[in-house]
Amino acid sequence: MARKKNALTNARPIAAGGLLDRRLFLSRSLSFAAAGSLAAASRAAPLEVPNYSKVPGESFRPYGEPSKFVLPTLKRGIVQPYGQLAPGAGAAFTPLQSLHGTITPASLHFERSHSGVPEIDPGKHQLIIHGLVKRPLVFDLNALLRYPMVNRTMFIECSGNSLFQTFAEAQQLPVGMLNGLVSCSEWTGVMLSTLLDEAGVDPKGNWILAEGADSASMSRSIPLQKALDDVMIALYQNGEPIRPEQGFPMRLVLPGFEGNMNVKWLRRIKVTEGPTHTKDETSKYTDLLPDGKALQFTFVMGVKSVITRPSPTMTMGAPGFYEISGIAWSGAGKIKKVEVSADGGKSWADAAIQEPVLDKSLVRFRLPWKWDGAPVALQSRATDDKGRVQEPRGKWAAQYSPGNIYHFNAIQTWQVEATGEVKNVYV
Amino acid sequence: MYTFKRVATVALVLGVLSIETQAGPDLGKQIDEKDISTWDISIPPSGVGLPSGRGSASQGLVVYGDKCLACHGEDGAGKPVDALVGGVGTLKSKYPQRTVGSFWPYATTLFDYIRRAMPYAKSKALSNDELYAVCAFILAKNGIIAEDFILDAQSLPQVKMPNRDGFISAWPDKQ
Repeated sequence: MARKKNALTNARPIAAGGLLDRRLFLSRSLSFAAAGSLAAASRAAPLEVPNYSKVPGESFRPYGEPSKFVLPTLKRGIVQPYGQLAPGAGAAFTPLQSLHGTITPASLHFERSHSGVPEIDPGKHQLIIHGLVKRPLVFDLNALLRYPMVNRTMFIECSGNSLFQTFAEAQQLPVGMLNGLVSCSEWTGVMLSTLLDEAGVDPKGNWILAEGADSASMSRSIPLQKALDDVMIALYQNGEPIRPEQGFPMRLVLPGFEGNMNVKWLRRIKVTEGPTHTKDETSKYTDLLPDGKALQFTFVMGVKSVITRPSPTMTMGAPGFYEISGIAWSGAGKIKKVEVSADGGKSWADAAIQEPVLDKSLVRFRLPWKWDGAPVALQSRATDDKGRVQEPRGKWAAQYSPGNIYHFNAIQTWQVEATGEVKNVYV
Repeated sequence: MYTFKRVATVALVLGVLSIETQAGPDLGKQIDEKDISTWDISIPPSGVGLPSGRGSASQGLVVYGDKCLACHGEDGAGKPVDALVGGVGTLKSKYPQRTVGSFWPYATTLFDYIRRAMPYAKSKALSNDELYAVCAFILAKNGIIAEDFILDAQSLPQVKMPNRDGFISAWPDKQ
């Protein structure tokens, strides 16, 4: 035992701040060593048999719920910029700090709504495809349910995600509030190209307008090229009918494109010659540049990663072994590499990326870490298979006007203090 | 089949060939464009689809006072919600004010958005005359049109917004 314990104790950091080799636990002997070392740290009390092991538990319930002991931690943070004047305008943030996989539970998927969540009777909902087409068509849900379907795991990220990280001062908020306008689901539905083919797109058509059935009739222009490539009319999320907050009974899902374009409560597709220049693609969701001009139609979400554990507002336990864990994604393709730094970006160690690595989907990365109790500055940096690399904060900011709030994908820094407090800092 | 469908679609888009593809079961019902009119509310910069009706800023003052002022403030100055007027010269600053006057590139977007989404508590309820009038009021308060300018389907798309040239498309496509 002593020899194995020494194997972990002697594991040599491969980068500053105690970062260990990502393959450390692939070695069986070291895995045992870790267990041995933890077990040796303190002596356990004699075991008792709890009451729930002696009496029958709760009966069945039709729709499951999390344990009441963790339910309070599984809450979306809600921001309503207009308060009670417009309570349905704003966003609910996925609590990334409480999640440890890559699929977001439907109840915790982030939500951006502009005028509340409409209560749509699926039996009455209609989707129309018209404009520059040979035959304008109307579909009801029952018709769409008979179409060939595909399922695909994809992230959706609001282009205003990480809004608080664009503020002048670093905000001390959980990572879900800082970065939780990204979520990932297995979506199932009908390819939009199938319906466009049936309607017969006129050669003059070059864009589509997609519009929701909500009170704001939120609408966006989408290049026809994308619409015919991989856009899905999603009917199911993680296997069940999509939630009202996510667009029930149907929404668009555009792999890799900014969240706002994934129009919820989809009621209308109009094939057009050019973009319609709707409110949400002119006055919003355009990125201010240093000279005051605005970059429009910046659809593809950038390569990005964030450490979710440890993360701001958490407090570390005693010095010793920890696993750093986080998520990474790219709107352009697959994540190829995630590196972690514990010295604010001076030295880096490759993190392990959990398989399967899917296109335009969240991946989880992990790295063993031996924290010696001294202050460290943790960062993660993702690279995708198109060669895009997450950039330092200053380099990201230099591309934009200081007031730009969209498409933030810079490297973020979590300062672990000697006290164990984890803080959001700008470097 | 997937490949065939793709090729056929690309051909359709490019207008090279005219191949009918029926990859799906074709369960949609055909509908006439005239029966879509109640839903077809999007207005592109060309103004195609703008309805009949007309209005001026003075008429818009009444509509604005009744339906907009409580949230958007006196003369569109904002508070408690977004300002509609002012903000010129702020786009490079840390706190840019992206108002109709300082930022919006097309007047058609104003009509489109108010018609589909405003007032917040009851959208799609303003008459066409009220819509043109309240658009005229907001444009006039921004100094973009004169107080007596009549907005209608012909004149609205002709309104040149101050920040019309303030946008650069990142999408490599004809606009």
